[in-house]
Formats: sequence, C-alpha cells, structure tokens
Amino acid sequence: MKPYLKLDHIDKTFTRGNATTEVLKDINLNIARGEYVSIIGHSGCGKSTMLNIIAGLTGASIGCVLLEDREVNSPGPDRAVVFQNHSLLPWLTVYQNVQLGVDKVFAKSKSKAEREAWILHNLNLVQMTHAKDKRPSEISGGMKQRVGIARALAMEPKVLLLDEPFGALDALTRAHLQDSVMALHQKLGNTIVMITHDVDEAVLLSDRIVMMTNGPSATIGEVLDVPLTRPRKRLDLATDPLYLKCRKRVLEFLYERHRFVEAA
Amino acid sequence: MTMPAISPDNVKMLPTTAAPVVAMRPKRAPRADRFLKIARATAVRVIPPLIVLALLMLFWELVCRRAGSTLPPPSKVFKDTRELIFDPFFDHGGIDKGLFWHLSASLQRVAYGYSLAAIAGIALGTLVGQSVWAMRGLDPLFQVLRTIPPLAWLPLALAAFRDGQPSAIFVIFITSIWPIIINTAVGIRNIPQDYRNVAAVVQLNPLEFFWKIMLPSAAPYIFTGLRIGVGLSWLAIIAAEMLIGGVGIGFFIWDAWNSSHISEIILALFYVGIIGFVLDRAIAGLGYLVTHGTSAN
Repeated sequence: MKPYLKLDHIDKTFTRGNATTEVLKDINLNIARGEYVSIIGHSGCGKSTMLNIIAGLTGASIGCVLLEDREVNSPGPDRAVVFQNHSLLPWLTVYQNVQLGVDKVFAKSKSKAEREAWILHNLNLVQMTHAKDKRPSEISGGMKQRVGIARALAMEPKVLLLDEPFGALDALTRAHLQDSVMALHQKLGNTIVMITHDVDEAVLLSDRIVMMTNGPSATIGEVLDVPLTRPRKRLDLATDPLYLKCRKRVLEFLYERHRFVEAA
Repeated sequence: MTMPAISPDNVKMLPTTAAPVVAMRPKRAPRADRFLKIARATAVRVIPPLIVLALLMLFWELVCRRAGSTLPPPSKVFKDTRELIFDPFFDHGGIDKGLFWHLSASLQRVAYGYSLAAIAGIALGTLVGQSVWAMRGLDPLFQVLRTIPPLAWLPLALAAFRDGQPSAIFVIFITSIWPIIINTAVGIRNIPQDYRNVAAVVQLNPLEFFWKIMLPSAAPYIFTGLRIGVGLSWLAIIAAEMLIGGVGIGFFIWDAWNSSHISEIILALFYVGIIGFVLDRAIAGLGYLVTHGTSAN
C-alpha cells in the first residue's frame, strides 16, 4: 500500500536557553487515503506537537512529512486544522469565518456565486446554515466546533487534522458531534488525523489508533487496527466483543504499560 | 404599541380556547408606562449632576460677589459674555471673530494633527508589536520621547517650519502619537496564537493578515490609545495656540487675559471642557461601534 501521508523519522527538540528537551523521537507513520487515524496518549506526550508538525505550524527538527510524496514544511489549506478551542474569529459571522478560507483557496478556480454556494453547502453539511449570520459569541460551544469543521472542510483539504476537537464539549454534545464527524467521513471519504485522549472516542471513530508512549522523547508505542465495520452505531458497539477488545487494548496500553507519571 | 395591558379581565372575555395563547404572550406595558420608565431612568442620571452644578454655582456666586473679589461671579460672567454666547458667528476681521470660528480653527488643527498621529501611530505600533527587532530598536526611543512635554516641542517646530500653523499641528501630532503607538503595539502583541494559526493555515498574505486579523483583533487596544490621544491633543492645542497666536480658542483665552476680560476666559474654558468631553465620547462611541461584539470568548 502506498502511503498518502507519511511521517518519516521525525524528531522534535525544543531549546530554551541551555535546556534542550526532546519531545518526539523517531516518529514513523504511514497513513492511507481515506483513513481515519487517531493519536492517543497522556497529556504532555507531544501528540499536539505531532499534529502541528503535520499541519506545518511547527517544523520538525529531523525528518519530514510527505503528503502525496511531496514534502510539506509550511502550513496550508491542504492540511486544514480544526482547533480544540474552535478559533473562530469573533468579529466575523459564521458565514464570513468559512468564507475567509474559501475565498483564499478558490480565488481563481471558482466564481463568486460558486464560492457562495460552496460556503452554504459546507455549512449545510454541519447543519449550521440557520446560524450563518450569527457571530461566534452568539452560538453554543458545539455549534462553534461545527463551524470550525465546516471552515476546514470548505478548504477541501487532502488531510483533515482534528486537534482534540471534542475536548471542550459536554458529553452529550460531544457524542452528537462525533456522530456528525463519522457521517461526514462516511460521505466525503476524507483522510483524517485526530488527536484525542478519550479511549471510547478513538475506538468509535478510527480505522487505526496510534498510541504514544510518555514523554520526553515520546514515540509511537503501538498501532492498533480497529476492524469494526462501518457505519458504526454507538449503541450496538457498547456490547460488541470486538469493540470491547479494542477498547481494552488501548486501556491496557495507557494505564498499565505506559501509566502516566506526573512530571516533577 | 397601542395594545392595552392584558389584565385578567381582558383574558376572561376571550373565548376559552384562545385564552391560553393570549396568556402566553409577554406582557407589554402601555405607552405611558414605558415613557414614565424612560423618564425616570433619565432623571436618575441627569438630576444629581444638575443639583451638584447648581450648588457649585451658588457657592461661586456667594464667594465672588463680595466687593474686591478678583474673579467675577457667574451672574457677571453671563452678563459680560452675553454677546459672545448668543452670536458665536460674527466676524469683524483679524482675530475679532465669534467663538465658533475660534473653536473651529482649533478643532481643525486637532483634526489634522490627530489624523496624522492616528495613521502614523497605528503603523508604527503595528511594526513595534509585530517585530521583536523593531521593538528593541524603537521602544527605548519612544519611552524617552513620550515624556517630553508637548510645549517643549513648539520652539523646535517653529524653527523647522517657520510658521505657526504647521508647528501647532506638529505639536498635536507629537503629543497624541505615543499612546496610540504603545497601545497598538500591545494589542498586536496580544493577538492570540490561534488567530495566527488560522491565518497560516488559510495562507493569508501579510497585507490580508493586517486587514483581516491584526486590525480587528487589536481594535479594542487601538481605540484605547486613540481615546487617550485625542484627550492629549486637545490639551496640547490650547497651550500651543496661546504661544503661536492667530485665530484659535487658545489664543482667544490669552487675548482675553491681556485685555482683562476675565468673564470671556471663563466662558472659553467652559467651551473647551465641553468640546474635550465630546471628542472623548466621540472616539469612545466610534470604538464601541467598530469593536461591537468582537470581544473574544
């Protein structure tokens, strides 16, 4: 299988003054087109740094990221990010927030009317058309995250990067949004890389789960295939032996073999 | 709203099926009631300052009415300046003009100097906020220059421009630019990393970044600077005009002093205060309009 997105021997060290900290060490990961990959690990294991390196927001110290065999080292709309805290611009309406990316990415390839239709289409995908003229301060946390997803999807990214997208939401909203993301993945077939610290979420959504060892010098400890058939139903899975087995594997990894040690 | 208040009696008269719907409607106070409410809210805010003002006037009147008092009481001020108050638009040539012309000349100088300061201040503030090297290079300079009193620049400006008008405008400019620069720089430095990340992913070019992210994000800080700046420039113009002469409220005051028209000075001070207040409110209002609903959350 030819990798679509390839992380090739990535090391990342941060230097502050004389102190050098190695955050990531020798990360190798191949992701196929259309795959949904979750990265899970305890806090401080560098999973966010890893996502930032894929996004191009942070440079790798050694190694490189290849997307369709081309090296990426700066941020771009082909790797759109859904940020944990939604990062909508508060002075723009929902529509304008999505428009910001669309106008830039499709400046030449789409006419003004086509861009408008495309923005509305993407807002419709996340069921947010009704709030298109509202400002972020006027909508709920779950809605903001929906708009964040629409903004990322509207850039037609090759890889969609989700940085703990449901972390700041309450449990019910989170479940609802997870279902939405699952449906979107089913419908659009995007390649998705998601950072999470929620075991159920990882097993429910992913094709593969990448488990990170604890930092410093965190690396990939284990990669687990989740062979559950799609579409997946939250309720059916609760008693599915395969689901429970996968869940147990991740839990064992996180809480037995790589138990979180509070940094001194 | 001409709808009458919904009292239990009204509801009773309606058919029983419609009653619940009517009962669900929010109650609206009738017009008279609402006017009364607005009037009361206004009165609560307007009456206390009026009472204080009246008491102060009374005190002033009592203190200054005695024979040999150096300052005129309010009644005398009003009597002396009646002509100036009721005819602000006369123009007898030279500097013998109505107060409107003096004030508008001063405001015009402020408008020029302040606009230049706003443009240059926001530009420099952006540079200092955005670039660490610019900050290291320029910030110490700014910190020293901003402590120089406005009037100290005037002789230098006169030497350079050899004319009163541009010198006065320069003094306004140099007085009001510092708070604008410093507040803009703080605003730019405080742009959340998230917004920068969004801009990076969308690949905004520097110009788009400036217009679409920086200015709106830093707007609350910029308007704080602009508001301080307009206050300072109004302070500076009065002093500068006293020295450069010509038409302007500053020289009007100085001229009145030289002619011992104390009442005219008091009237002019009253106008200066009111206009300073209006300028401050105007910039604050503009800031509120521009940044409305943009506080990050």
